[in-house]
Amino acid sequence: MINQIVEYLRNADPLIQMSAVAAVLTLLGIIFALTYFKKWGWLWREWITTVDHKKIGIMYLICALLMLFRGGVDALLMRTQLAFPNMNFLDSQHYNEIFSTHGTIMILFVAMPLIFAMMNIAVPLQIGARDVAFPFLNAVSFWLFFFGALLFNLSFILGGSPDAGWVSYPPLAELSHSPGPGINYYVLSLQISGIGSIATGINFIVTILKMRAPGMTLMKMPLFCWSVLASCIVIIFAFPALTVALALLGMDRIFGTHFFTMLHGGNPMMYVNLFWVWGHPEVYIAILPVYGILSEVVSTFSRKRIFGYKSMVASLMLISVISYFVWVHHFFTMGAGPGVNSFFAVASMAVGIPTGVKVFNWLFTMFRGRIRLTLPMLWSLTFIPCFAVGGATGIMLASAPADYQFHNSYFVIAHFHQTLIGGAVFGLLAGMYYWWPKMFGFKLNETLGKWAFWFFNIGFYVCFMPQYALGFMGMTRRVYTYPAETGWGTLNFVSTIGAYLMGIGFLFIVVQILYSIRYGERDTTGDPWDGRTLEWSLPSPVPHYNFAQIPTVNERDAWWEMKQQRKEGILPPTKEPLKPIHMPNNSSLPFFMGLAFFVAGFGLVFNQFIIATVGLIGVVVCMLWRSLEKDTGHWISVDEIKQMEAS
Amino acid sequence: MKKTGISSRLKQVLFSFALLFLLTGCSDRFVLLDPAGPVARTENWNIMITFLLSMLVVIPVLAIMVYVVYRYRDRPGNKAPYTPNWDDSKILEVIWWGIPILIVAILGVFTVRDTFALTRPPSNQKPMTIQVVSLDWKWMFFYPESNIATVNYVEIPAGVPVQFVLTADAPMNSFWVPQLGGQMYTMPGMEMYLWLQADRPGVYDGKGANFTGKGFAHMNFQVVAKPQAEFELWVKSVKASAPPLTKEKYNQLVKPSIADKQLYSSYPATLYREIVDKNGGMYWRMHHGEHESHEHH
Repeated sequence: MINQIVEYLRNADPLIQMSAVAAVLTLLGIIFALTYFKKWGWLWREWITTVDHKKIGIMYLICALLMLFRGGVDALLMRTQLAFPNMNFLDSQHYNEIFSTHGTIMILFVAMPLIFAMMNIAVPLQIGARDVAFPFLNAVSFWLFFFGALLFNLSFILGGSPDAGWVSYPPLAELSHSPGPGINYYVLSLQISGIGSIATGINFIVTILKMRAPGMTLMKMPLFCWSVLASCIVIIFAFPALTVALALLGMDRIFGTHFFTMLHGGNPMMYVNLFWVWGHPEVYIAILPVYGILSEVVSTFSRKRIFGYKSMVASLMLISVISYFVWVHHFFTMGAGPGVNSFFAVASMAVGIPTGVKVFNWLFTMFRGRIRLTLPMLWSLTFIPCFAVGGATGIMLASAPADYQFHNSYFVIAHFHQTLIGGAVFGLLAGMYYWWPKMFGFKLNETLGKWAFWFFNIGFYVCFMPQYALGFMGMTRRVYTYPAETGWGTLNFVSTIGAYLMGIGFLFIVVQILYSIRYGERDTTGDPWDGRTLEWSLPSPVPHYNFAQIPTVNERDAWWEMKQQRKEGILPPTKEPLKPIHMPNNSSLPFFMGLAFFVAGFGLVFNQFIIATVGLIGVVVCMLWRSLEKDTGHWISVDEIKQMEAS
Repeated sequence: MKKTGISSRLKQVLFSFALLFLLTGCSDRFVLLDPAGPVARTENWNIMITFLLSMLVVIPVLAIMVYVVYRYRDRPGNKAPYTPNWDDSKILEVIWWGIPILIVAILGVFTVRDTFALTRPPSNQKPMTIQVVSLDWKWMFFYPESNIATVNYVEIPAGVPVQFVLTADAPMNSFWVPQLGGQMYTMPGMEMYLWLQADRPGVYDGKGANFTGKGFAHMNFQVVAKPQAEFELWVKSVKASAPPLTKEKYNQLVKPSIADKQLYSSYPATLYREIVDKNGGMYWRMHHGEHESHEHH
């Protein structure tokens, strides 16, 4: 294994060798800084062993932003290579590795942790709960995600990245055509983080269904919680399909089975089906919580109740159901009959119906409101035209006869970036800006944020509009180079400029965060946006037990109603005296369990079964240890609560 | 095949509308908007109609959004009405549930009609068959009716429906000639079927559309359509002047490499079947049987 890695690094591209050196230096820098500032204990006690959903949410957010940087650098490298015809910046192999990891990282290690961040930060607070249903499991989920992402990111410096596209179709992804460790990294890191995702799905379904404050019936629940419920339902049904697909592909590669090769009666089509049975619902997993964030933001910053609440709930649920009837549209061109293609074409178009309804409801929430153009609102507003166009091109792709032409062309690239950036990323940034004061106790600087907003948005259109045109010009996806005669040069060059503008936009966000940590406006009220839902009734940042007293809910926008009543002079009913609160203990087991999975995964990547076994034993030991633990919680006394509340 | 009765005037309008959307003027590069055969034309029509109907929603949404945000901004002295508790209107909701349902229903009808239409031969002429094998990283074409073979180059008679029978002796790829019509995957051990037809003589670019590794970007080929008589002359000249394709030569071709155009005067009769079978074709046939379209219905 060591020889293999050394050999790989010696022959690697200078770009990869440089990043390997940079990675090692960064790591040494972090270790030095933590030691110098004596922060190891703090890091361990406050963060690594925490089971507090708010801190876990923040860790998800930080990891997602780091991964967004990595995926973004990948994107810029690709766009640089494609800026001119016949470029020689990246060779074919390196380009293939970059687009494979770009896709995987952006979907699984950016979009997923970002939605998990928002869920963790907001859901328990919005429903008036002390914590999620299974705080320990929540920490396990995070560390599985973390170590999955770490394993995936090691691939480009230790042994070679996956290079068969983010979909990794066999037989290209089989040992016969991809003999290196790259696809093993892909299979195992996705598998490890996927376990965490399923656990998060279960955790939040139970949290939402069982832990709402008294009086909060389902139809009084904030729309963000509804959207998370819809998204989690999709997670628990979709992710097992990915688990199976990856497990079988892993067995083909590591143990020599033939699930996905025709040769011994297997079938690559089975992988394609399983992958997309997960893969298409996956994009709704990422987008559904965004619909919820938008509903909260649009309502708050229009100072108006959300329009058509029942329609909004119905459309969320409808999308979570229809999402299972669309997967074949990813392979209309793999020879399914016209009946099958017709069914899946119409089902795919049908997703546009509830989505369209949501857009109209947002517009009419703003209608006759008072719209404040803050950062969260700007990102929500820009979502609407972007998603409308992305939805329209989605309908164009959903029509099977049109798809026979668009499939595998740049039109597809433009479409899904428009829905995933214009949808998921814009919406999640809106959510990040919206809940930032709640998470950290200060607001982010608006001026820098507006620079980021305009750079990112203009860059987005400059980058992806030309790609629709390139699709009409017959440019196929995943080509690392193209001859000048194709005439694709100009539009590709324009697209590359757009990508760099987006890069500048991202840098502005980084600067904005760093600047605001020092100079950002402190949030002393806990309710900086004049919010409507329960999280704004708490101080920022929120004490770790959330609510000193669990509130009673009478209305849909509970906090807004309480504020209105207070204005009218109606005092809230006298509170019962404080009682001691029971909270779960911190635990290092989730971290060690993630680490054990990482060791097992790393062993399997290189077919080192001894290392893999050690890792798996570690997992079992962690589970045993946990099940033998008797005292997993502690009480917070009334005095302590009073102290916390007073400060 | 009878084409859908869309007037050329309307077509021009649609075309310029699309170009407007694409912000450009040079049309001949836009191969998807320049169909050269009945299959591509059906698909092009489908693209246009989905585009137009989607715009029926997108344009009002953009207009309403700009108007609402401008009118109801929170600024001092804004006299626009403010109704913080107005959150329900059955009439409005029925309208915007209804419109998308109607649009999807209309699109659904066209989509189903065209999807079925594309599985049938595009015209009544006597069709011909060409077998296609995608290799790493080149395209192999067999002409079973005349026993010639080509690499990265395929010649067809204009005005004749051609059934391409596709398989792979390498990872999956996708066979795509944009101006003649949509694509179909090539998969090892399986056979897929794609009808294409060129209306007029010409040279059309074909490409591998599904990623297959290092040489993927160079997996392009040309489709040359010629009048029937010239096509037959070409077949004769290939038979007369090109070398035969032997098993050894094929085994060389299978190895990953990028190739130029090549012509072969003959090939072993069983070669194509062997290619399908060595990739597991017998298991495929076990489940799917021989494809009925060999009988040219």
